[in-house]
Amino acid sequence: MSSVLPLSTDGKKMNSHLQWRRWLPGLLWLALLLALQALPTFYVTLLNQIGLGALATLGLVLLTGVVGLTSFGQAAFIGVGAYTCAWLSMGVGLPAWLLPLAGSPWLALPVALLAAAVVALVLGALTLRLSGHYLPLGTICWGLALYYLFGTSEALGAHTGLSGLPVLAIGGWALDQPDEMGLVIWAVLGGAVLMARQLLASRNGRALRALNGGQMMAASMGVPVFALKMKVFVLSALLAALSGWLYACNQRFVSPAPFSIGAGIDIMFMALVGGLQHVWGAVAGAAAIVIGRNALQDLLPHLFGEGGFIEAIVFGLLVLGLMQRAPQGLWGWVVRRWQAAPVVPARPAGGDAVLATRTLPAAGTRVLEARRVTRRFGGLVANQDIDLALHAGEILAVIGPNGAGKSTLFNQLSCVDVPSEGEVRLNGQSMRGWTPQQCAVNGLSRTFQHVKLIGEMTVLENVVLGAHLRGRAGFAASALHLERSEEARLFAAAWRQLERVGLASLADVPAGQLALGQQRLVEVARALCADPAVLLLDEPAAGLRHQEKQALAALLRQLSSEGMAVLLVEHDMDLVMDIADKVSVIVFGRKIAEGTPADVQRNPDVLDAYLGADA
Amino acid sequence: MNLQIAFLLGQEGVTSGAIYALLALCMVLVFTVTRVLLVPQGEFVTFGAMTMAALQANQPAVLAWLLLGLALLRALVRAWGALRRRPDAEPLGGADAAYVVHALLMLAIPRLLPGEGWPAALQLLYTLALIAPMGPLLYDLCFKPIAEAHSLVLLISAIALHVALVGLSLWMFGAEGARTQPLLDEVWELGGVRVNGQALCVVAATGVLIVLLYAYFERSLSGKALRATAIHRFGAQLMGISPTGAGRTTFAIAALIGALSGALIAPVTTLYYDSGFIISLKGFVGAVVGGLVSYPAGALGALAVGLIESYSTFWASAYKEVIVFTLILPILLWRSLAAGHHEEDRA
Repeated sequence: MSSVLPLSTDGKKMNSHLQWRRWLPGLLWLALLLALQALPTFYVTLLNQIGLGALATLGLVLLTGVVGLTSFGQAAFIGVGAYTCAWLSMGVGLPAWLLPLAGSPWLALPVALLAAAVVALVLGALTLRLSGHYLPLGTICWGLALYYLFGTSEALGAHTGLSGLPVLAIGGWALDQPDEMGLVIWAVLGGAVLMARQLLASRNGRALRALNGGQMMAASMGVPVFALKMKVFVLSALLAALSGWLYACNQRFVSPAPFSIGAGIDIMFMALVGGLQHVWGAVAGAAAIVIGRNALQDLLPHLFGEGGFIEAIVFGLLVLGLMQRAPQGLWGWVVRRWQAAPVVPARPAGGDAVLATRTLPAAGTRVLEARRVTRRFGGLVANQDIDLALHAGEILAVIGPNGAGKSTLFNQLSCVDVPSEGEVRLNGQSMRGWTPQQCAVNGLSRTFQHVKLIGEMTVLENVVLGAHLRGRAGFAASALHLERSEEARLFAAAWRQLERVGLASLADVPAGQLALGQQRLVEVARALCADPAVLLLDEPAAGLRHQEKQALAALLRQLSSEGMAVLLVEHDMDLVMDIADKVSVIVFGRKIAEGTPADVQRNPDVLDAYLGADA
Repeated sequence: MNLQIAFLLGQEGVTSGAIYALLALCMVLVFTVTRVLLVPQGEFVTFGAMTMAALQANQPAVLAWLLLGLALLRALVRAWGALRRRPDAEPLGGADAAYVVHALLMLAIPRLLPGEGWPAALQLLYTLALIAPMGPLLYDLCFKPIAEAHSLVLLISAIALHVALVGLSLWMFGAEGARTQPLLDEVWELGGVRVNGQALCVVAATGVLIVLLYAYFERSLSGKALRATAIHRFGAQLMGISPTGAGRTTFAIAALIGALSGALIAPVTTLYYDSGFIISLKGFVGAVVGGLVSYPAGALGALAVGLIESYSTFWASAYKEVIVFTLILPILLWRSLAAGHHEEDRA
């Protein structure tokens, strides 16, 4: 398959188009900051509310929209930020050891962030390992507890709250007017939106996107799943606490009411209405809810008399309808109408952007070994006493009829499942207790029988996921785009592997649009992108056309000649007999034969198993 | 604290604990069968209490209008689906008419026969008959169209429904609290301590319900179908068990038990339009003890929540809610550690 690239031909046109898109939000932002100075106070107050809401909602977009974890605790984290700011900057009734931090909102800022981070770490440690429903419910309960605490603690002013906070000042400039605070709020929000977008367009961002629904795949690509979930949860809490700190500086008064669980639900609604999957959705959603509420509050008393209930009914029903009809929200709708074709980083021309590669073990070294592996599921023995050895530079094929236990064996070799007895060793080390992530760290990479690609991400972005462990940059570097040279090297590696499997011409296509055979090849490219010493392929040829199969066979032969160890589970006998150095046959959970393809084809037990006794 | 106070607090704790246990059972049931975390469970509690209060105050039950609205809306949505020939559309049938007629009856009865003079049992019966059909109606309107969606979508829909129902609650019942007359107004002296009739009533009702639910799930075909759906939704569907039917049944049970809990707890504590949420969340804290899947562990957890709440009113009454809801943290820690052990067990 040829690999002609459409990108290089019309790159210039694409570029000017991109320039325009890139500068538009910044210009709008500047216009808004200027407008804040000119607008009447009413609108400034409204804009400040939108900005504060959007900042907390942004955290939720990252947490819920991108990673798929739900939290109703954003309002409580805002409360942590606001109350820390109020309590410290007022300095009344502080314990002696906190007195050096009293008196200024600036001194309170790091404390507020630290407090939110600590709470998030504790909540995260308790819930992020559990299944999906514990985080939302844990945050609801914790949010309620905190709300009641604000309302009863005398030191925090109980229900009346704390008022008369000192004014936030930058140097000698006291920010005591709403329009001045508006500048700060929208400047902070602008920075946060920019950094969130940059974070998502980085190695860490892609790993976060991969977590949503594909945690096993992400772990197999070396993504530290739990640590990453924790980081994004803490990040969302920090954004909320920052919003709370700004809120306290802006209002110069805090009381428990705005941090109730209802407010936490409001922030979730902002994210949903705006569009959970989109960074700009946070701003759109906050604007829609704040303006909508304001309009309802103006309009409804005329229609229904006094009472805040209509607002709740309208918003509740609105979100119910959204969930059924348009789960992508406002910004999802905007994106669908004006979406530009996805753009991927261009293929590097020169060889200057090269990642370090692993030194492969010498050909013939035993790399992966199964020793008397037995796996029981209750009374069913799926694998019994299986011995297997894979050497560097070798292609080993595991074959057997359906239900023979091949996939069970494959799962144990890739640390997804654990043997009931016996053990699997990689490079002489026992893999007992390893996570799939540790597997990847130790140079084992794999594909999946049921293709696990992120459908909305481009083919190239899917492939570069495989190189996760070959990058070093952290969240901060990613958010500030300080890792662009590393990013370029990662994409160069992804381009190379994509060319190897013959799909370079499809680099900018969303992976979900590919045919099944092509998706399997993308998985192979992704696995190769990890620069593995051991490659495990689960039915790579299923769904491939004849020519694609031949290309795959050639690729696998080349890989093994370079010293890679390849194990494949496969049903396509022509392919297996063509390329395998060694074939292991598994029937009813036992290995009944092993040898060269020719040996195995003559083996009477194998003939018996495949064709029946009389054949 | 002397022994007598300890006993009184214990009695109070067991009473509210029994209610939390009922709600915990419903949450586990609905969650396992439909994957919906039934946050609006609490609203059924509020509805139950408010309807009892309205009957006793000889006011018409406004809630019947909501039932009528839901029944009409469901018929409308189904008619629209049939008109547009949606693939999942079911023809309008007797059920649609039955819901509407039932709602009209519920609307008419208290107007024709003022509820004040009814015996408590009849008031309770009316309350349950009014609220139980709301479960399947709400299921059809809010959750059936998204039954196969991501569990996040289900959770958010549940929260949105809760918000809308609390708004409706405030509209229908106003901001004043309601407290009803006890179902059993007697107090016994038992070896120097007073045993409250209402507390006995609550505990007895909980016991009976648990036995009934047990019999339903173990002995009846419909109960077994629900269990099958909970264990493997698709497998049960292949065996001819309709997931929609299972969803409606569980929601009906949840609404019924929620309303009953409300009627039982209203004589003990004053309920406001939004109290149900807090009560059902406490049930949830109990359910988490059982990992949202185990009925006995969930019930015991809920009982413990009730007791802890009751005794903490004695020691630190202002911080009662803080204590109860912070309780979730050690429980989650324990679940988290337990989950860790499971992984090692598999090794």
